[in-house]
Amino acid sequence: MNYKMIGWIHALILSVAAVFMLPALLICLFDGDSAATRAFLYTVMLTAAVAAALLLLCRGASKSFSAREGLLCVSSCWLVVSILGCLPFVFSGAIPSFIDALFETVSGFTTTGASILSDVEALPRGLLYWRSFSHWLGGMGILVFLLAIAPISGRNDGSTMHLLRAESPGPNVGKLVPRMKQTAKILYLLYILLTLLNIVFLLLGGMPLFDSVCTAFGTAGTGGFGIKNDSIAGYSPYLQNVCTVFMLLFGVNFNCYYLLLLRRFRNVLKDEELRLYIFTAVAGVALVALNLRGVYATSGETVRHAAFQVSSIMTTTGFSTVNFDLWPSFSKAILLCLMVTGACAGSTGGGFKCGRIVLLLKALRRNINELIRPRRVQVVHQNGLPIDEKVLKNTYAYLSAYVGIVIISFIVVSLDGFSMTSNFSAVLACFNNIGPGLDAVGPVCNYAGYGVISKLVLIIDMLAGRLEIFPILIWLSNSMWKRQ
Amino acid sequence: MKIIIAGDGKVGATLTRQLSAEGYDLTVIDSNQHVLERSLEQYDVMAVQGNCASMETLLQAEVKDAELLIAATNADEVNLLCCMTAHGLNPKLHTIARIRNPEYIRQIYRMRELFSLSLAINPERQAAQEIERLLRFPGFLKRDSFAKGRAEIVELKLDENSKLRDVPLHKLNGIVKCRVLVCTVLREGRAVAPDGNFVLRAGDRIFVTAPAHDLSALLKNLGIVTRKVSRVMLCGGGTVSYYLAQQLLKGGMDVQIIERNHDRCLQLAKLLPDASIINGDASSRDLLSECGLESCDALVTLTGLDELNIIISLYGNSQGVPQIITKLGRLDAANILDTLPIGSTVCPKELCSSNIVRYVRAMKNQTGAAITIHSIADGRAEAIEFLVDKSTLHCGVPLKELQFKKSVLVACISHGSVTEIPNGDSTFSVGDTVVIVTSGEEVIYQLNDIFA
Repeated sequence: MNYKMIGWIHALILSVAAVFMLPALLICLFDGDSAATRAFLYTVMLTAAVAAALLLLCRGASKSFSAREGLLCVSSCWLVVSILGCLPFVFSGAIPSFIDALFETVSGFTTTGASILSDVEALPRGLLYWRSFSHWLGGMGILVFLLAIAPISGRNDGSTMHLLRAESPGPNVGKLVPRMKQTAKILYLLYILLTLLNIVFLLLGGMPLFDSVCTAFGTAGTGGFGIKNDSIAGYSPYLQNVCTVFMLLFGVNFNCYYLLLLRRFRNVLKDEELRLYIFTAVAGVALVALNLRGVYATSGETVRHAAFQVSSIMTTTGFSTVNFDLWPSFSKAILLCLMVTGACAGSTGGGFKCGRIVLLLKALRRNINELIRPRRVQVVHQNGLPIDEKVLKNTYAYLSAYVGIVIISFIVVSLDGFSMTSNFSAVLACFNNIGPGLDAVGPVCNYAGYGVISKLVLIIDMLAGRLEIFPILIWLSNSMWKRQ
Repeated sequence: MKIIIAGDGKVGATLTRQLSAEGYDLTVIDSNQHVLERSLEQYDVMAVQGNCASMETLLQAEVKDAELLIAATNADEVNLLCCMTAHGLNPKLHTIARIRNPEYIRQIYRMRELFSLSLAINPERQAAQEIERLLRFPGFLKRDSFAKGRAEIVELKLDENSKLRDVPLHKLNGIVKCRVLVCTVLREGRAVAPDGNFVLRAGDRIFVTAPAHDLSALLKNLGIVTRKVSRVMLCGGGTVSYYLAQQLLKGGMDVQIIERNHDRCLQLAKLLPDASIINGDASSRDLLSECGLESCDALVTLTGLDELNIIISLYGNSQGVPQIITKLGRLDAANILDTLPIGSTVCPKELCSSNIVRYVRAMKNQTGAAITIHSIADGRAEAIEFLVDKSTLHCGVPLKELQFKKSVLVACISHGSVTEIPNGDSTFSVGDTVVIVTSGEEVIYQLNDIFA
């Protein structure tokens, strides 16, 4: 195991994190909030010190590493960044308990948006900004950012692919252009562009600058931390619709945007995952809107709330405009299912991913055909291209790991004595990086009531959901730690 | 005219036979001395042993004096390199390359430009196109189209129940209710040019000229049920199968391919997601009935073994499959096969070499040359398409006043978009397309050759 290289990457990640804390620090200074300023100052200094120490220790590391080092590196980086990222909350006294602060920060970086705070508006603005910014950074990936700016890969080194693969969501991670660094840059440029566009549209609707930036960060990362206690409910219908549209946009595979830029429209239109994603969203909105007839004053309002909530849940953002926990059971059932479906692979969204569902449905059809005609030879195709059996095998494994984690977490979380609905939706909402669940963890409630063990389980669930399970599961594997 | 044939394999040998019979000076290049010796024994040709892509060998074959090079080795890349090298040595040279790898299909026109090829031929793809054309009009054994597809010569086999049995030809048009012309009848292995009093018998294979839009009426009035082919079974998963399946699937047909080799099955399944690929032995009756042979509209046997193809086709016939097409690697046994109910036969090698012969003849005679030549009646007769130009004799004279060579028949005349089956009063004029059917020994090179 190339620990030196892993340490070196950690050092770089921490430096990046320290730099990204500076805007929050400036906001605290500007507001004259001395406690928060001090908290950020200490954290930045501590982070920089750790980074410097690691840099010294891991000088001259050989730059090659294998798949297992990539997986290990990604998961431990996320953990370390979350631990340091939660310190401002602890130091400033906004969230005194360390485990609560960690929950909040992991929820931020994994773009979950599950909170333990009952009064968000009481937080200093610097901390609010940091919370929302963690969504934005976590959405596209911290390591992808590092890949875009830092000289991680050697001259002819393909090993950085392991990092991208471990951090990017989806069954089929590929490069857009030959160079990893270029790919990472293109992804981030697209991401920044879309975020700026979102901010502009929010400003046009009359939202204050600070609110716009934080909301856009939450939307872009499909995170869902609001800066108001009632999430998005207090904003005008126009702003809510802007959020709906941008949430859906950020749930689309970023490769599609790249293809659009290359003017390969046909490839985008024919993308099977995108088609399923759009179909699911439209069907979800239609079903929920029909079910909600008469609940709201006008049909326009009904559709607006239905569209907002369906997009918010499906893209795993987790904003809310209404308390959907009060909706009829059918609508809640639809939302619960959409929690699992999730967004597209290669987007900032979480969940099981439409792409995997497409693959599983096709594999299922093949299995049924094989039962009927055992001699028939079939190859699963997606977007007209044959899919490698290895990808299918990974998808089956992912499904079983996914179900296993949901079951185990559900049982452990149930120890705290909340209702079945609360526990189950809490696990789904955290594991799929959504945020609000139903009942006791509904959109107007929070996760503060859960015990330490449950919170720890949910923290692991959030990380596992964001990093696509395997980088977390490998910690439990024997062969991971054996000498090679 | 001097022609070099590079590669003396199946296609090369067929070409050597046909072209040397037509009196061209041939030089054959092959790396295998034994093959060359065989050619030297059989035909009056020159042989050069060596790699056909090497300059030395090409110079030895006197490429600088040659007018045409046909590269038909079994490697596409060698064929291309051979043509390029030869073209470099002799810029006036016409080159024909056999390119059969499916991966090059989409770029074939670009490649013709890039490598300055005069013609690129693909026997398997041609065979697939031929089969597809047959499947589109089930009922005909063979179809050849002329005048850009406006006129066709189709082959029909008369059985005991045929409406045309024991009918003299002058009554034919009354029965089929459209104007058609029987240009050749194949009876007991001989091609006959019939006149109006000729009486058709069961067992005859007749070659009928008709405008393309009358084909369905012809079939309908003959009582041949033309159920549209929608379920096709292909036995054997070779290249022809792949091309054919691709075209049939595009036409919305349901295609099953039975292939013995599992790896090839996987490959086909990747290439043809919409086809059902079955892994198994096509000669097994159990497998065929398990795959629903009885309910198929057509069976095409495309395995590499002629004998196996024939047997599967016979079995398909016994199971009542309406249309059967058999691929044959060689036509030597065509006479015997006539008596067997194996449906239409398609031979990729023959298709390919007749395509090249067509090109060679057109090259030989730049003016008044044949546009297309199709050999019909198992090669015993030829249908040749000509464009009438200023040098053509007897323009505007009614046919009944003209003297034609014996065994020459004017099968159809196309004026612009109108295709006419000619009678004694018909005339042709400059710009028309004329199809001539000849069963004579002498070769018709120009339209004027038909006049006595």
